[in-house]
Amino acid sequence: MSTRAHVVVLLVTAGTALFILRLVRLRQLRSKYALLWLTIGVLMLPLAAFPGMLNTVSRWFGVYYAPTTFLFLATGFLFLVVVHFSWELSRLETRVRNLAEDLALLRSEVEDAPEPDRV
Amino acid sequence: MIDDGSRDATAAVARAGGAHAVELPFNVGVGGAVRTGLHFARDRGYDRAVVIDADGQHDPGGISDLLDALDHGADMAVGSRFADDPNTDKEAYKVGRTRRRAMRFLSLVVRALTGQRFTDTTSGFRALDRPVIELLAREYPVEYLADTVEALLITLNAGFRVQEVPIAMRPRAAGTPSTRSIKLVLNYLRLLVGILSSASRRARLRRKERG
Repeated sequence: MSTRAHVVVLLVTAGTALFILRLVRLRQLRSKYALLWLTIGVLMLPLAAFPGMLNTVSRWFGVYYAPTTFLFLATGFLFLVVVHFSWELSRLETRVRNLAEDLALLRSEVEDAPEPDRV
Repeated sequence: MIDDGSRDATAAVARAGGAHAVELPFNVGVGGAVRTGLHFARDRGYDRAVVIDADGQHDPGGISDLLDALDHGADMAVGSRFADDPNTDKEAYKVGRTRRRAMRFLSLVVRALTGQRFTDTTSGFRALDRPVIELLAREYPVEYLADTVEALLITLNAGFRVQEVPIAMRPRAAGTPSTRSIKLVLNYLRLLVGILSSASRRARLRRKERG
């Protein structure tokens, strides 16, 4: 990797990690996601700083072309994240729907209640 | 009257007409709206519930026929647009080819899964007896369009007697049809996924009960 590419990758990785930290500090991210992304950041930083590590890891796994190791792990990870989000979304949708129904029913009960019962 | 997040005066008009209006804060879909109505019926102790579309296509005159079926031992009565009517004055409901095929296919699916024959599995005009109200208030499928067929399957699988009753359809008095070609096909695919998944879930539950 050329020095210039090295610097760019390093800056982007560091920038992303800082961005996540910022989101966490402003409490814009639930801690479980923060933890997830921070872990990723912590794993990525040394890789960006010392690209040689990727080669070493690849050789352990018997992968000849180092970038595929990275791409493989990245796709696998992103796939899991997306599946998790679909699951979470479905759950949230169910909860929101149930709340909406309960709200509507309670409201109608209040409206139908005789006057003295009203608060 | 369940108002599924409409922005017009639906609820006010219904109240002026003497109905209980339940207003959902936003659109939750047909299934969610029906389930809300069933919750209402269950919580307020109604013995029977009739589900009827609000666009005017279902003739309220058919309600007495549906209730008649309940009187004669059915736990749920489904108003069918296609069932043969001995009195024959009811006009056949006309649908497009794609839709007709899809409906016939759904009838086949229901027959394969339950062994019972229904001509109109997607009809939303139904009367329910108290035990079915309780069952469906709990288990009503809230996914769009899957609701009618799946509710039928759930009711049949719980061992209830479901009877079809011929009904007449009237032209839609208001609103636009909620389904169009591509969207319709997608909806039927979703429906199929829903039916199959709940069928397999029920099969697993049955195995668990036995084993």
